[in-house]
Amino acid sequence: MLRLGQSHYDALRQHGQETYPYESCGVLLGHVDEDGARMVTSIARCTNTRTDTPQNRYHIDPGELVRIQREGRERQEDIVGFYHSHPDHPAQWSETDLAEAHWFGCSYVITSVQKGTPAMTNSFELTGSEEVAKKLVPEEIAVI
Amino acid sequence: MAKIHIPTPLRQYVSKQPSVEVKGSTVGEALHGLVSQHPDLRRHLYTEEGKLRAFVNIYLNDEDVRYLNKEATAVEDGDNISIVPSIAGGTSLASAGG
Ligand SMILES: [Zn+2]
Repeated sequence: MLRLGQSHYDALRQHGQETYPYESCGVLLGHVDEDGARMVTSIARCTNTRTDTPQNRYHIDPGELVRIQREGRERQEDIVGFYHSHPDHPAQWSETDLAEAHWFGCSYVITSVQKGTPAMTNSFELTGSEEVAKKLVPEEIAVI
Repeated sequence: MAKIHIPTPLRQYVSKQPSVEVKGSTVGEALHGLVSQHPDLRRHLYTEEGKLRAFVNIYLNDEDVRYLNKEATAVEDGDNISIVPSIAGGTSLASAGG
């Protein structure tokens, strides 16, 4: 389960609206609650470095992740997930999303942005521990 | 000693520690020190041929070691090494969104 405040939920959906018709992307920071839910306490907007095909690709510069991770550490926060948007496509993961997902036990949040307006937002946990047996499994988003 | 920062998905292989202190004069030596202390981690970082996996980025402080001297990049006391699996997605040809 992914747990986050209304303002963070709104902010990640808003980001997809701002970058439309291109994909937005960002990082979810926080901690794992005692019940196993990932609790988001801050989000970091990232630049989509895929300037060649930003309408259907995203990539976060690992150098930006190193900085976000360090800033998170200073606030006792860990990376618990990521988000991106799907301009004019459903809030479902694609084969490439799965192939390029490597953060096991983290949440991958996808917001469908239809004609510039955020529609459905879904979250998926990357389960398994091996590249060959990984899955993106739908999980509940609890907005608190 | 350098400090290697472990990303959340790999901490289960290093007794849940967020970072591990290692000896080594190069990035490669530091990483080998890490996986010899924590052998279960090895296959998540390296291929069977012993190469770093393509999606595993290694940063020395704020620099990608691919653009320095790769695994031969010199490490000094107090340096921070980060293991950063890549974050990306996208469509396969004309299929649904990325
Ligand atoms: Zn996607």
